[in-house]
Amino acid sequence: MGAPVRSVERVGEKVLQSFHNTGHAMFMLFEGIWFIQFAFGKRSRRETATQMYITGIKSLAVITVVALFTGMILALQTGLELKRWGYEEFIGSAVAVTMIREMGPFMTGLIIAASVGSAIAAQLGTMTVSEEIAALEVMSINPNRFLVMPRLFALIVMMPILSVYTNILGIFGGAVVGTTQLGVSMQAYMDNATQFATNKDLYVGLFKAFIFGIIIATVACHQGFMTTEGAVGVGKATRRSVIISFLIILVVGYMVTRLFYI
Amino acid sequence: MIRFEHVTKVLGNKTVLDRISFEVGEGETFVIVGLSGAGKSVTLKHMIRLMMPDDGSILIDGQEINRLRHSALQEVRGKFGVLFQSAALLQWMSVRDNIALPLRELTHTPEEEILRLVNEKLEMLGLADAGEKFPADISGGMRKRVGLARAIIMNPKIVLYDEPTSGLDPVTSRRIDDLIVNMRSQLGITSVVVTHDLHSALSIGTRIMMLHEGRIVENASPEDFIRSKNETVQSFLESQYITKKGKWEGMGHEKV
Ligand SMILES: Nc1ncnc2c1ncn2[C@@H]1O[C@H](COP(=O)(O)OP(=O)(O)OP(=O)(O)O)[C@@H](O)[C@H]1O
Ligand SMILES: [Mg+2]
Repeated sequence: MGAPVRSVERVGEKVLQSFHNTGHAMFMLFEGIWFIQFAFGKRSRRETATQMYITGIKSLAVITVVALFTGMILALQTGLELKRWGYEEFIGSAVAVTMIREMGPFMTGLIIAASVGSAIAAQLGTMTVSEEIAALEVMSINPNRFLVMPRLFALIVMMPILSVYTNILGIFGGAVVGTTQLGVSMQAYMDNATQFATNKDLYVGLFKAFIFGIIIATVACHQGFMTTEGAVGVGKATRRSVIISFLIILVVGYMVTRLFYI
Repeated sequence: MIRFEHVTKVLGNKTVLDRISFEVGEGETFVIVGLSGAGKSVTLKHMIRLMMPDDGSILIDGQEINRLRHSALQEVRGKFGVLFQSAALLQWMSVRDNIALPLRELTHTPEEEILRLVNEKLEMLGLADAGEKFPADISGGMRKRVGLARAIIMNPKIVLYDEPTSGLDPVTSRRIDDLIVNMRSQLGITSVVVTHDLHSALSIGTRIMMLHEGRIVENASPEDFIRSKNETVQSFLESQYITKKGKWEGMGHEKV
Protein backbone atom coordinates (compact mmCIF):
# COMPACT_ATOMS: atom_id res chain seq x y z
CA MET A 1 0.00 0.00 0.00
CA GLY A 2 1.32 3.44 -0.88
CA ALA A 3 1.93 6.11 1.70
CA PRO A 4 -0.94 8.35 0.50
CA VAL A 5 -3.43 5.51 0.82
CA ARG A 6 -2.21 4.78 4.29
CA SER A 7 -2.47 8.37 5.43
CA VAL A 8 -5.99 8.62 3.99
CA GLU A 9 -6.81 5.51 5.97
CA ARG A 10 -5.40 7.08 9.08
CA VAL A 11 -7.48 10.21 8.59
CA GLY A 12 -10.53 8.03 8.06
CA GLU A 13 -9.81 6.19 11.27
CA LYS A 14 -9.42 9.47 13.15
CA VAL A 15 -12.75 10.73 11.79
CA LEU A 16 -14.55 7.54 12.73
CA GLN A 17 -12.94 7.63 16.16
CA SER A 18 -14.07 11.21 16.74
CA PHE A 19 -17.65 10.36 15.75
CA HIS A 20 -17.51 7.48 18.16
CA ASN A 21 -16.17 9.74 20.90
CA THR A 22 -18.81 12.39 20.26
CA GLY A 23 -21.49 9.71 20.49
CA HIS A 24 -20.07 8.55 23.78
CA ALA A 25 -19.96 12.11 25.13
CA MET A 26 -23.55 12.75 24.07
CA PHE A 27 -24.81 9.58 25.71
CA MET A 28 -22.97 10.53 28.89
CA LEU A 29 -24.51 14.02 28.77
CA PHE A 30 -28.05 12.73 28.27
CA GLU A 31 -27.73 10.27 31.13
CA GLY A 32 -26.23 13.02 33.27
CA ILE A 33 -29.20 15.29 32.52
CA TRP A 34 -31.66 12.47 33.13
CA PHE A 35 -30.18 11.76 36.57
CA ILE A 36 -30.48 15.41 37.66
CA GLN A 37 -33.86 14.45 39.10
CA PHE A 38 -31.88 12.64 41.80
CA ALA A 39 -29.50 15.54 42.49
CA PHE A 40 -30.87 16.03 45.98
CA GLY A 41 -31.86 12.44 46.61
CA LYS A 42 -30.47 10.63 49.62
CA ARG A 43 -27.53 9.10 47.74
CA SER A 44 -26.34 12.09 45.75
CA ARG A 45 -27.06 15.21 47.75
CA ARG A 46 -23.74 15.28 49.55
CA GLU A 47 -21.76 15.00 46.34
CA THR A 48 -24.00 17.53 44.60
CA ALA A 49 -23.50 20.03 47.42
CA THR A 50 -19.74 19.43 47.40
CA GLN A 51 -19.51 20.00 43.68
CA MET A 52 -21.60 23.17 43.88
CA TYR A 53 -19.32 24.46 46.59
CA ILE A 54 -16.18 23.62 44.60
CA THR A 55 -17.53 25.18 41.43
CA GLY A 56 -19.05 28.25 43.03
CA ILE A 57 -16.66 29.23 45.77
CA LYS A 58 -13.23 27.95 44.82
CA SER A 59 -12.89 30.10 41.71
CA LEU A 60 -14.41 33.24 43.17
CA ALA A 61 -11.12 35.01 43.82
CA VAL A 62 -9.84 34.60 40.27
CA ILE A 63 -13.20 35.53 38.80
CA THR A 64 -13.30 38.68 40.91
CA VAL A 65 -9.94 39.90 39.68
CA VAL A 66 -10.56 38.98 36.05
CA ALA A 67 -14.04 40.53 36.03
CA LEU A 68 -12.87 43.80 37.55
CA PHE A 69 -10.01 44.15 35.10
CA THR A 70 -12.11 43.14 32.13
CA GLY A 71 -14.53 45.99 32.95
CA MET A 72 -11.64 48.39 33.52
CA ILE A 73 -9.92 47.53 30.27
CA LEU A 74 -13.16 47.76 28.33
CA ALA A 75 -13.91 51.17 29.84
CA LEU A 76 -10.41 52.44 29.20
CA GLN A 77 -10.15 51.27 25.59
CA THR A 78 -13.61 52.33 24.41
CA GLY A 79 -13.64 55.33 26.74
CA LEU A 80 -10.51 56.88 25.21
CA GLU A 81 -11.98 56.43 21.74
CA LEU A 82 -15.36 57.83 22.76
CA LYS A 83 -13.72 60.78 24.50
CA ARG A 84 -12.04 61.86 21.25
CA TRP A 85 -15.53 62.48 19.85
CA GLY A 86 -16.95 63.84 23.08
CA TYR A 87 -19.22 60.90 23.73
CA GLU A 88 -17.63 59.66 26.91
CA GLU A 89 -20.98 59.63 28.75
CA PHE A 90 -21.81 56.54 26.66
CA ILE A 91 -19.09 54.57 28.36
CA GLY A 92 -21.63 53.12 30.82
CA SER A 93 -23.70 51.43 28.15
CA ALA A 94 -20.65 50.33 26.18
CA VAL A 95 -19.29 48.46 29.19
CA ALA A 96 -22.65 47.14 30.42
CA VAL A 97 -23.83 45.82 27.07
CA THR A 98 -20.48 44.21 26.22
CA MET A 99 -20.19 42.60 29.63
CA ILE A 100 -23.74 41.28 29.81
CA ARG A 101 -24.02 40.04 26.26
CA GLU A 102 -20.55 38.70 25.69
CA MET A 103 -17.68 39.20 28.07
CA GLY A 104 -19.42 38.12 31.29
CA PRO A 105 -20.36 34.61 30.21
CA PHE A 106 -17.27 34.27 28.02
CA MET A 107 -14.74 35.22 30.70
CA THR A 108 -16.55 33.14 33.30
CA GLY A 109 -16.58 30.21 30.90
CA LEU A 110 -12.85 30.42 30.23
CA ILE A 111 -11.95 30.68 33.90
CA ILE A 112 -14.23 27.85 34.95
CA ALA A 113 -13.04 25.64 32.08
CA ALA A 114 -9.43 26.26 33.09
CA SER A 115 -9.98 25.78 36.81
CA VAL A 116 -12.99 23.59 37.51
CA GLY A 117 -13.07 21.79 34.13
CA SER A 118 -9.40 20.85 34.26
CA ALA A 119 -9.77 19.63 37.84
CA ILE A 120 -12.70 17.43 36.85
CA ALA A 121 -10.76 15.96 33.91
CA ALA A 122 -7.76 15.28 36.12
CA GLN A 123 -9.82 13.68 38.86
CA LEU A 124 -11.92 11.46 36.60
CA GLY A 125 -8.80 10.68 34.55
CA THR A 126 -6.96 9.52 37.63
CA MET A 127 -9.96 7.43 38.61
CA THR A 128 -10.05 5.87 35.17
CA VAL A 129 -6.39 4.84 35.09
CA SER A 130 -6.48 3.51 38.65
CA GLU A 131 -9.46 1.26 37.73
CA GLU A 132 -11.85 3.12 40.05
CA ILE A 133 -14.35 3.69 37.22
CA ALA A 134 -14.13 0.00 36.31
CA ALA A 135 -14.77 -0.88 39.94
CA LEU A 136 -17.88 1.31 39.96
CA GLU A 137 -19.14 -0.36 36.80
CA VAL A 138 -18.66 -3.83 38.21
CA MET A 139 -20.57 -2.79 41.33
CA SER A 140 -23.32 -1.54 38.98
CA ILE A 141 -22.90 2.00 40.27
CA ASN A 142 -23.48 4.12 37.19
CA PRO A 143 -20.61 6.63 36.88
CA ASN A 144 -22.91 8.97 34.99
CA ARG A 145 -25.16 9.25 38.02
CA PHE A 146 -22.49 8.94 40.64
CA LEU A 147 -19.88 11.27 39.11
CA VAL A 148 -21.14 13.11 36.03
CA MET A 149 -24.53 14.26 37.29
CA PRO A 150 -23.35 16.20 40.37
CA ARG A 151 -20.64 17.95 38.34
CA LEU A 152 -22.95 18.72 35.46
CA PHE A 153 -25.64 20.01 37.81
CA ALA A 154 -23.18 22.19 39.72
CA LEU A 155 -21.85 23.75 36.50
CA ILE A 156 -25.29 24.31 35.01
CA VAL A 157 -26.45 26.12 38.15
CA MET A 158 -23.26 27.95 39.00
CA MET A 159 -22.24 29.22 35.57
CA PRO A 160 -25.19 31.67 35.20
CA ILE A 161 -24.81 32.82 38.81
CA LEU A 162 -21.08 33.39 38.42
CA SER A 163 -21.71 35.08 35.12
CA VAL A 164 -24.03 37.61 36.79
CA TYR A 165 -21.36 38.17 39.40
CA THR A 166 -18.80 38.78 36.65
CA ASN A 167 -21.15 41.25 34.97
CA ILE A 168 -21.68 43.24 38.14
CA LEU A 169 -17.97 43.43 38.93
CA GLY A 170 -17.11 44.24 35.33
CA ILE A 171 -19.57 47.10 35.26
CA PHE A 172 -18.23 48.28 38.58
CA GLY A 173 -14.67 48.10 37.25
CA GLY A 174 -15.79 50.19 34.28
CA ALA A 175 -17.31 52.73 36.66
CA VAL A 176 -14.03 53.07 38.53
CA VAL A 177 -12.19 53.87 35.32
CA GLY A 178 -15.04 56.06 34.05
CA THR A 179 -15.09 58.24 37.14
CA THR A 180 -11.36 58.42 37.80
CA GLN A 181 -9.85 58.47 34.30
CA LEU A 182 -12.58 59.75 31.99
CA GLY A 183 -14.36 62.28 34.17
CA VAL A 184 -17.81 60.71 33.95
CA SER A 185 -19.90 60.99 37.10
CA MET A 186 -21.05 57.81 38.82
CA GLN A 187 -24.65 58.91 38.37
CA ALA A 188 -24.26 59.46 34.60
CA TYR A 189 -22.39 56.16 34.20
CA MET A 190 -25.08 54.13 35.98
CA ASP A 191 -27.97 55.91 34.22
CA ASN A 192 -26.38 55.24 30.89
CA ALA A 193 -25.54 51.64 31.75
CA THR A 194 -29.07 50.76 32.79
CA GLN A 195 -30.68 52.69 29.97
CA PHE A 196 -29.22 50.69 27.10
CA ALA A 197 -28.82 47.19 28.44
CA THR A 198 -32.04 45.31 27.77
CA ASN A 199 -33.59 42.29 29.39
CA LYS A 200 -32.91 40.39 26.21
CA ASP A 201 -29.19 41.04 26.64
CA LEU A 202 -29.37 39.61 30.13
CA TYR A 203 -31.31 36.52 29.07
CA VAL A 204 -29.05 35.78 26.12
CA GLY A 205 -26.02 36.20 28.39
CA LEU A 206 -27.48 33.84 30.98
CA PHE A 207 -28.40 31.36 28.27
CA LYS A 208 -24.79 31.41 27.07
CA ALA A 209 -23.49 30.84 30.57
CA PHE A 210 -25.86 27.90 30.96
CA ILE A 211 -24.72 26.37 27.65
CA PHE A 212 -21.06 26.94 28.57
CA GLY A 213 -21.70 25.08 31.83
CA ILE A 214 -22.97 22.07 29.89
CA ILE A 215 -20.00 22.25 27.51
CA ILE A 216 -17.41 22.41 30.28
CA ALA A 217 -18.95 19.54 32.25
CA THR A 218 -19.36 17.33 29.19
CA VAL A 219 -15.89 17.89 27.78
CA ALA A 220 -14.16 17.53 31.15
CA CYS A 221 -16.00 14.37 32.21
CA HIS A 222 -15.63 12.79 28.78
CA GLN A 223 -11.91 13.52 28.56
CA GLY A 224 -11.50 12.10 32.06
CA PHE A 225 -13.25 8.87 31.14
CA MET A 226 -11.26 8.53 27.89
CA THR A 227 -7.92 8.70 29.72
CA THR A 228 -5.38 5.99 28.99
CA GLU A 229 -1.66 5.47 29.72
CA GLY A 230 -1.43 6.29 33.40
CA ALA A 231 -0.21 9.59 34.79
CA VAL A 232 0.98 10.88 31.42
CA GLY A 233 -2.52 10.27 30.10
CA VAL A 234 -4.05 12.26 32.95
CA GLY A 235 -1.91 15.25 31.98
CA LYS A 236 -2.97 14.90 28.36
CA ALA A 237 -6.65 14.59 29.28
CA THR A 238 -6.47 17.70 31.44
CA ARG A 239 -4.82 19.76 28.71
CA ARG A 240 -7.19 18.50 26.04
CA SER A 241 -10.22 19.21 28.19
CA VAL A 242 -9.18 22.87 28.57
CA ILE A 243 -8.34 23.33 24.89
CA ILE A 244 -11.49 21.64 23.59
CA SER A 245 -13.71 23.55 26.04
CA PHE A 246 -12.11 26.87 24.95
CA LEU A 247 -12.69 26.10 21.27
CA ILE A 248 -16.29 24.98 21.70
CA ILE A 249 -17.07 27.95 23.97
CA LEU A 250 -15.72 30.33 21.31
CA VAL A 251 -17.64 28.77 18.45
CA VAL A 252 -20.89 28.24 20.35
CA GLY A 253 -20.67 31.76 21.84
CA TYR A 254 -20.47 33.16 18.32
CA MET A 255 -23.37 31.03 17.11
CA VAL A 256 -25.62 32.02 19.99
CA THR A 257 -24.86 35.69 19.35
CA ARG A 258 -25.72 35.22 15.68
CA LEU A 259 -28.89 33.38 16.53
CA PHE A 260 -30.25 36.14 18.75
CA TYR A 261 -28.89 39.32 17.20
CA ILE A 262 -29.21 38.87 13.45
CA MET B 1 -19.58 -21.54 36.45
CA ILE B 2 -17.05 -19.54 34.44
CA ARG B 3 -16.17 -20.87 31.02
CA PHE B 4 -13.81 -19.43 28.41
CA GLU B 5 -14.15 -20.81 24.89
CA HIS B 6 -11.39 -19.99 22.41
CA VAL B 7 -11.05 -16.45 23.72
CA THR B 8 -8.75 -14.20 21.72
CA LYS B 9 -7.89 -10.66 22.68
CA VAL B 10 -5.56 -8.33 20.80
CA LEU B 11 -4.41 -5.17 22.56
CA GLY B 12 -2.34 -2.72 20.56
CA ASN B 13 -0.54 -5.08 18.23
CA LYS B 14 -0.03 -7.84 20.76
CA THR B 15 -2.17 -10.96 20.98
CA VAL B 16 -2.57 -11.00 24.73
CA LEU B 17 -4.93 -13.99 24.80
CA ASP B 18 -4.63 -16.51 21.99
CA ARG B 19 -7.64 -18.82 21.75
CA ILE B 20 -7.67 -19.79 25.40
CA SER B 21 -10.26 -22.16 26.83
CA PHE B 22 -10.74 -23.21 30.43
CA GLU B 23 -13.43 -23.70 32.97
CA VAL B 24 -13.80 -22.74 36.61
CA GLY B 25 -16.23 -25.00 38.45
CA GLU B 26 -18.49 -24.03 41.30
CA GLY B 27 -16.72 -23.91 44.66
CA GLU B 28 -13.27 -24.02 43.13
CA THR B 29 -10.38 -21.80 44.05
CA PHE B 30 -8.87 -21.31 40.65
CA VAL B 31 -5.42 -19.77 40.62
CA ILE B 32 -3.92 -18.04 37.60
CA VAL B 33 -0.16 -17.59 37.53
CA GLY B 34 2.19 -16.25 34.92
CA LEU B 35 4.90 -13.71 34.34
CA SER B 36 4.20 -10.01 34.41
CA GLY B 37 2.31 -9.03 31.28
CA ALA B 38 1.11 -12.58 30.62
CA GLY B 39 -2.51 -11.46 30.49
CA LYS B 40 -3.71 -12.47 33.94
CA SER B 41 -5.49 -9.20 34.70
CA VAL B 42 -6.86 -9.12 31.15
CA THR B 43 -8.33 -12.59 31.71
CA LEU B 44 -10.04 -11.45 34.91
CA LYS B 45 -11.43 -8.37 33.19
CA HIS B 46 -13.08 -10.54 30.56
CA MET B 47 -15.03 -12.37 33.25
CA ILE B 48 -16.91 -9.22 34.20
CA ARG B 49 -16.99 -7.67 30.74
CA LEU B 50 -14.63 -4.84 31.53
CA MET B 51 -13.01 -6.07 28.33
CA MET B 52 -14.66 -7.90 25.46
CA PRO B 53 -12.92 -10.59 23.44
CA ASP B 54 -12.13 -10.14 19.76
CA ASP B 55 -13.15 -13.73 19.26
CA GLY B 56 -14.53 -16.60 21.29
CA SER B 57 -17.07 -16.59 24.09
CA ILE B 58 -17.26 -16.33 27.85
CA LEU B 59 -20.05 -18.04 29.72
CA ILE B 60 -21.03 -17.24 33.27
CA ASP B 61 -23.49 -19.81 34.62
CA GLY B 62 -24.23 -20.74 31.03
CA GLN B 63 -24.91 -17.17 29.86
CA GLU B 64 -22.71 -15.61 27.20
CA ILE B 65 -21.82 -12.42 29.05
CA ASN B 66 -20.91 -10.41 25.97
CA ARG B 67 -24.37 -10.74 24.47
CA LEU B 68 -26.26 -9.63 27.56
CA ARG B 69 -28.28 -6.45 27.68
CA HIS B 70 -27.71 -3.88 30.34
CA SER B 71 -29.96 -5.17 33.12
CA ALA B 72 -28.98 -8.81 32.58
CA LEU B 73 -25.33 -7.76 32.65
CA GLN B 74 -25.86 -6.00 35.97
CA GLU B 75 -27.42 -9.15 37.33
CA VAL B 76 -24.43 -11.24 36.27
CA ARG B 77 -21.97 -8.70 37.63
CA GLY B 78 -23.90 -8.79 40.90
CA LYS B 79 -22.64 -12.34 41.39
CA PHE B 80 -19.07 -11.07 41.48
CA GLY B 81 -16.96 -9.33 44.04
CA VAL B 82 -13.75 -7.97 42.56
CA LEU B 83 -10.48 -6.98 44.18
CA PHE B 84 -8.60 -4.95 41.60
CA GLN B 85 -4.84 -5.03 41.29
CA SER B 86 -4.71 -1.35 42.28
CA ALA B 87 -7.45 -1.81 44.93
CA ALA B 88 -9.43 0.95 43.13
CA LEU B 89 -10.63 2.75 46.26
CA LEU B 90 -12.33 6.12 45.97
CA GLN B 91 -9.79 8.64 47.21
CA TRP B 92 -12.20 11.15 48.72
CA MET B 93 -13.95 8.62 50.92
CA SER B 94 -12.76 7.18 54.20
CA VAL B 95 -11.96 3.48 54.44
CA ARG B 96 -15.28 2.91 56.17
CA ASP B 97 -17.25 4.74 53.48
CA ASN B 98 -15.41 2.89 50.73
CA ILE B 99 -16.38 -0.46 52.17
CA ALA B 100 -19.95 0.70 52.78
CA LEU B 101 -20.29 2.11 49.24
CA PRO B 102 -22.01 -0.86 47.54
CA LEU B 103 -24.44 -1.26 50.44
CA ARG B 104 -25.30 2.44 50.44
CA GLU B 105 -25.61 2.79 46.68
CA LEU B 106 -27.33 -0.46 45.81
CA THR B 107 -29.37 -1.51 48.81
CA HIS B 108 -31.73 -0.03 51.37
CA THR B 109 -29.85 -1.49 54.30
CA PRO B 110 -30.35 0.68 57.40
CA GLU B 111 -27.31 2.68 58.47
CA GLU B 112 -26.78 0.80 61.79
CA GLU B 113 -26.73 -2.49 59.92
CA ILE B 114 -24.25 -1.07 57.38
CA LEU B 115 -21.94 0.05 60.18
CA ARG B 116 -22.17 -3.33 61.84
CA LEU B 117 -21.29 -5.17 58.61
CA VAL B 118 -18.43 -2.79 57.84
CA ASN B 119 -16.99 -3.10 61.33
CA GLU B 120 -17.19 -6.86 61.07
CA LYS B 121 -15.14 -6.79 57.86
CA LEU B 122 -12.65 -4.28 59.30
CA GLU B 123 -12.14 -6.56 62.27
CA MET B 124 -11.79 -9.65 60.10
CA LEU B 125 -9.10 -8.07 57.94
CA GLY B 126 -7.15 -6.49 60.78
CA LEU B 127 -8.16 -2.96 59.86
CA ALA B 128 -10.04 -2.10 63.04
CA ASP B 129 -8.11 1.15 63.58
CA ALA B 130 -8.15 2.30 59.99
CA GLY B 131 -11.86 2.99 59.52
CA GLU B 132 -11.63 6.78 59.55
CA LYS B 133 -8.43 7.04 57.50
CA PHE B 134 -8.34 7.90 53.82
CA PRO B 135 -6.86 5.67 51.11
CA ALA B 136 -3.97 8.07 50.51
CA ASP B 137 -2.92 7.80 54.17
CA ILE B 138 -2.68 4.03 54.47
CA SER B 139 -0.12 1.56 53.16
CA GLY B 140 -0.50 -0.35 49.90
CA GLY B 141 -1.12 -3.58 51.75
CA MET B 142 -3.86 -1.98 53.82
CA ARG B 143 -5.47 -0.57 50.68
CA LYS B 144 -5.54 -4.08 49.24
CA ARG B 145 -7.34 -5.34 52.30
CA VAL B 146 -9.85 -2.50 52.15
CA GLY B 147 -10.47 -3.38 48.49
CA LEU B 148 -10.99 -6.96 49.58
CA ALA B 149 -13.46 -5.93 52.26
CA ARG B 150 -15.42 -3.94 49.68
CA ALA B 151 -15.35 -6.88 47.27
CA ILE B 152 -16.96 -9.26 49.75
CA ILE B 153 -19.35 -6.92 51.59
CA MET B 154 -22.26 -7.84 49.28
CA ASN B 155 -21.72 -11.59 49.83
CA PRO B 156 -20.93 -12.42 46.21
CA LYS B 157 -21.01 -15.97 44.84
CA ILE B 158 -17.76 -15.49 42.97
CA VAL B 159 -14.78 -13.43 44.07
CA LEU B 160 -12.00 -12.34 41.73
CA TYR B 161 -8.72 -11.44 43.39
CA ASP B 162 -6.06 -9.68 41.37
CA GLU B 163 -2.87 -10.20 43.36
CA PRO B 164 -4.45 -10.11 46.81
CA THR B 165 -1.15 -10.58 48.64
CA SER B 166 1.34 -8.60 46.59
CA GLY B 167 2.81 -5.87 48.75
CA LEU B 168 1.75 -7.59 51.95
CA ASP B 169 4.07 -8.91 54.62
CA PRO B 170 4.26 -12.73 54.90
CA VAL B 171 2.13 -12.88 58.03
CA THR B 172 -0.70 -10.83 56.58
CA SER B 173 -0.38 -12.72 53.31
CA ARG B 174 -1.05 -16.00 55.07
CA ARG B 175 -4.03 -14.40 56.77
CA ILE B 176 -5.48 -13.45 53.40
CA ASP B 177 -4.80 -16.98 52.16
CA ASP B 178 -6.70 -18.35 55.15
CA LEU B 179 -9.54 -16.01 54.40
CA ILE B 180 -9.77 -17.26 50.82
CA VAL B 181 -9.69 -20.86 51.99
CA ASN B 182 -12.39 -20.17 54.59
CA MET B 183 -14.63 -18.45 52.10
CA ARG B 184 -14.50 -21.63 50.06
CA SER B 185 -14.89 -24.14 52.86
CA GLN B 186 -17.46 -22.25 54.94
CA LEU B 187 -19.45 -20.34 52.35
CA GLY B 188 -18.85 -22.37 49.20
CA ILE B 189 -17.64 -19.29 47.37
CA THR B 190 -15.95 -19.70 44.02
CA SER B 191 -12.68 -17.79 43.75
CA VAL B 192 -10.36 -16.86 40.95
CA VAL B 193 -7.02 -15.71 42.30
CA VAL B 194 -4.25 -14.09 40.28
CA THR B 195 -0.94 -14.29 42.07
CA HIS B 196 2.83 -14.37 41.66
CA ASP B 197 3.24 -16.17 44.91
CA LEU B 198 3.46 -19.88 44.12
CA HIS B 199 3.55 -20.94 47.74
CA SER B 200 0.19 -19.34 48.28
CA ALA B 201 -1.08 -20.68 44.93
CA LEU B 202 -0.18 -24.23 45.92
CA SER B 203 -1.72 -23.99 49.36
CA ILE B 204 -5.05 -22.35 48.47
CA GLY B 205 -5.66 -23.51 44.90
CA THR B 206 -7.84 -26.39 43.82
CA ARG B 207 -6.53 -25.84 40.33
CA ILE B 208 -3.64 -23.81 38.94
CA MET B 209 -3.42 -22.42 35.45
CA MET B 210 -0.31 -20.86 34.01
CA LEU B 211 -0.48 -18.33 31.19
CA HIS B 212 2.49 -17.67 28.98
CA GLU B 213 2.65 -15.65 25.79
CA GLY B 214 -1.08 -15.69 25.29
CA ARG B 215 -1.46 -19.44 25.79
CA ILE B 216 -2.31 -21.75 28.64
CA VAL B 217 0.83 -23.79 29.28
CA GLU B 218 -0.56 -25.70 32.23
CA ASN B 219 -3.92 -26.17 33.91
CA ALA B 220 -3.78 -28.76 36.66
CA SER B 221 -4.35 -29.57 40.29
CA PRO B 222 -1.57 -28.34 42.60
CA GLU B 223 -0.13 -31.87 42.89
CA ASP B 224 0.11 -32.24 39.13
CA PHE B 225 1.20 -28.67 38.62
CA ILE B 226 4.48 -29.13 40.47
CA ARG B 227 5.17 -32.24 38.41
CA SER B 228 4.49 -30.54 35.13
CA LYS B 229 6.80 -31.51 32.30
CA ASN B 230 6.37 -28.13 30.71
CA GLU B 231 9.63 -26.17 30.65
CA THR B 232 8.03 -22.81 31.30
CA VAL B 233 6.25 -24.18 34.33
CA GLN B 234 9.43 -25.84 35.58
CA SER B 235 11.49 -22.71 35.36
CA PHE B 236 8.68 -20.78 37.04
CA LEU B 237 8.67 -23.32 39.87
CA GLU B 238 12.43 -23.28 40.18
CA SER B 239 12.48 -19.50 40.33
CA GLN B 240 10.55 -19.78 43.59
CA TYR B 241 12.64 -22.68 44.92
CA ILE B 242 9.86 -25.20 44.60
CA THR B 243 11.05 -28.60 43.51
CA LYS B 244 9.35 -31.94 43.35
CA LYS B 245 11.51 -33.14 46.20
CA GLY B 246 10.84 -30.19 48.45
CA LYS B 247 8.13 -29.30 50.86
CA TRP B 248 5.38 -30.20 48.43
CA GLU B 249 6.44 -33.77 47.91
CA GLY B 250 4.02 -35.36 50.32
CA MET B 251 0.86 -33.74 49.13
CA GLY B 252 -1.95 -35.20 47.09
CA HIS B 253 -2.28 -38.68 45.66
CA GLU B 254 1.29 -39.35 44.75
CA LYS B 255 2.01 -42.31 42.57
CA VAL B 256 5.40 -43.62 43.54
N1 LIG C 1 -5.96 -1.36 28.16
C1 LIG C 1 -4.90 -1.87 27.55
N2 LIG C 1 -4.47 -1.37 26.37
C2 LIG C 1 -3.41 -1.89 25.73
N3 LIG C 1 -2.69 -2.90 26.20
C3 LIG C 1 -3.03 -3.45 27.37
C4 LIG C 1 -4.15 -2.96 28.11
N4 LIG C 1 -4.27 -3.70 29.22
C5 LIG C 1 -3.27 -4.59 29.19
N5 LIG C 1 -2.53 -4.46 28.08
C6 LIG C 1 -1.37 -5.30 27.71
O1 LIG C 1 -1.76 -6.63 27.80
C7 LIG C 1 -0.73 -7.42 28.36
C8 LIG C 1 -1.24 -8.20 29.53
O2 LIG C 1 -1.59 -7.31 30.57
P1 LIG C 1 -2.09 -7.78 31.99
O3 LIG C 1 -2.40 -6.55 32.75
O4 LIG C 1 -3.17 -8.77 31.84
O5 LIG C 1 -0.81 -8.48 32.59
P2 LIG C 1 -0.69 -9.28 33.93
O6 LIG C 1 -0.49 -10.69 33.57
O7 LIG C 1 -1.82 -8.94 34.83
O8 LIG C 1 0.68 -8.71 34.51
P3 LIG C 1 1.04 -8.21 35.99
O9 LIG C 1 1.46 -9.40 36.74
O10 LIG C 1 2.17 -7.27 35.78
O11 LIG C 1 -0.17 -7.54 36.54
C9 LIG C 1 0.40 -6.47 28.68
O12 LIG C 1 1.34 -6.58 27.64
C10 LIG C 1 -0.22 -5.11 28.65
O13 LIG C 1 0.69 -4.18 28.18
MG1 LIG D 1 -2.13 -7.80 36.42
